[in-house]
Amino acid sequence: MKPVFVRPQSLTDKPFHFCPGCHHGVIHRLVAEAIDRFGVRERTIAAASVGCSVFLYDYFDIDVVESPHGRAPAVATGIKRTNPDKFVFIYQGDGDLAAIGTAEIIHAANRGENLTVVFVNNTVYGMTGGQMAPTTLLGQPTTTSPYGREFGQDGYPIKMTEMLAQLEGVGFAARVAVDTPARLAQARKAVFRAFETQLEEKGMGFVEILSSCPTNWGMKPLEAVRRIEREMIPYFPLGVYKERKGSDAL
Amino acid sequence: MSESKVTFEKGNVALAKAAVAAGCRYYFGYPITPQSDIPEYLSGVLPRIGGQFVQAESEVASINMLLGAGATGKRAMTSSSSPGISLKQEGISYMAGSEIPAVIVNVQRSGPGLGGIAPSQGDYFQATRGGGHGDYRVIVLAPASVQEMYDLTVLAFELADAYRTPVMVLADAMIGMMKEPLEEWVPQNPEPAKDDWAATGAAGRPGRRIKSLYLGDGELAEHNWKLAQKYERIRREETRVQIELPEGCELAVVAFGSAARIAKSAVDRLNDEGRRVGYVRPITLWPFPEEAIRRVAEQGVPLLTVELNTGQMVEDVRLAVEGRAPVHFAGYPPGYLPSPDDIYDEIVRRLPAGKEAA
Repeated sequence: MKPVFVRPQSLTDKPFHFCPGCHHGVIHRLVAEAIDRFGVRERTIAAASVGCSVFLYDYFDIDVVESPHGRAPAVATGIKRTNPDKFVFIYQGDGDLAAIGTAEIIHAANRGENLTVVFVNNTVYGMTGGQMAPTTLLGQPTTTSPYGREFGQDGYPIKMTEMLAQLEGVGFAARVAVDTPARLAQARKAVFRAFETQLEEKGMGFVEILSSCPTNWGMKPLEAVRRIEREMIPYFPLGVYKERKGSDAL
Repeated sequence: MSESKVTFEKGNVALAKAAVAAGCRYYFGYPITPQSDIPEYLSGVLPRIGGQFVQAESEVASINMLLGAGATGKRAMTSSSSPGISLKQEGISYMAGSEIPAVIVNVQRSGPGLGGIAPSQGDYFQATRGGGHGDYRVIVLAPASVQEMYDLTVLAFELADAYRTPVMVLADAMIGMMKEPLEEWVPQNPEPAKDDWAATGAAGRPGRRIKSLYLGDGELAEHNWKLAQKYERIRREETRVQIELPEGCELAVVAFGSAARIAKSAVDRLNDEGRRVGYVRPITLWPFPEEAIRRVAEQGVPLLTVELNTGQMVEDVRLAVEGRAPVHFAGYPPGYLPSPDDIYDEIVRRLPAGKEAA
């Protein structure tokens, strides 16, 4: 019998610890599919970050270096500059990438580091229990914005993909979601493009993936999925924001 | 030391040359006085010998680039000066926890805060107590000459690899900025293979984790004990100290780095004048040569600790002595670099009375 659905080779068989309805598992799978698709498992080194995705190293059967909170782009720079023949990707959440690690991601992007970045935006600090993130939407209550995020107090949710797309060092920048089968297919394509960008040495390949966090949003999984469409996508529009074409090497 | 040549060199440049001689091809750093000769030198040399020089956006980024490079087993280095080293502590803690070898250079300036750019030894506590969060140590080497900037930097790379741990070269503005004759030599110890632990891509093997997070029941205690055992081994095998103890020693000066250099002139002069003054210079600040110092104290020799701060290493001296002999202190906080005469007077003041040479 021909298998129609198998676990990507670069994933281990360890069950995900993620909460029901969380999108990290789906996104992990997309990344693993890309590793398999481009045949880079044996030369991949990932820099893991701090947050719910910290256990990435338990789920991927690849070499992984743990980074301090927000520093994965710097750690990955150190890995890639000393091992240009290796494939290096980082996987960061919104608190990690867009708050404590803002300097590291911007400058890694600006240097045009040949890295693939998977940025998971769920508008909340997940692992620490649902505090306000730099991407928390206006009006969204969290444990540290109990009356809802208010711009006079907390500023606006930060749009990283739009910002990074402005930098010359970025070869590919896109925002996708995985809340419907159609969007999942687009997300897969974007992750693949972010991989190709590195393989073609066109600078940073950056994918922001809107993700649900039912536990910290206080929603059931289906409600959480609907929130992505209803509240997140209007503020964080999906699409490819930057694509360096053809032979325009960096 | 088969091939060697003697040049007249600045301490910082000697250190940078040693890194290259030791096989370091990767440098990550951020400009700060008084160590900028190091990145300036390496930015010229490394790209021409197949290496990489990255000027990072911050000290925080540069230490984490070093972490990434070290995790793949490459010999790599960062350098900075006091305020910058404070920013690097996060990464140093992670490297100690993840057992990543790397060399970190601190050409000390003065603090606290922005302080100043004059020589100081105010970072002794920070360097020898680990510096960042958690229960760990960093091997700390304290050069007292331009030659030692070279020699101890080569050693730093060897120790970092041998024990898979970050190693700090703790210099200061005086040693870093002064020029002296330097004998450059080619290290003979080959760089050890790191295939058995480093992140190199999981070719033909399961993936590896270079990490410091341990959440399983009992795992972290086990990891901390494993580190502690490594530190114990380092204490046993890597403690280095220079001791010159004359027969019938009346008092011994304990000092490291540039303070030791100045104190040595005073000690030599007193001995020329017929006094019997000893000289104890810790070369490794961690591990601290406590046993050697205890043995001096057991002979009833009073000790005078001289530091370019208001009293840091003197605490380790007292811990080593444990009341066996008097421990005096002469401190020079930043802004005034003592002369040999100053230290001469401090020694004479503490010498037993009535024994002055004619």
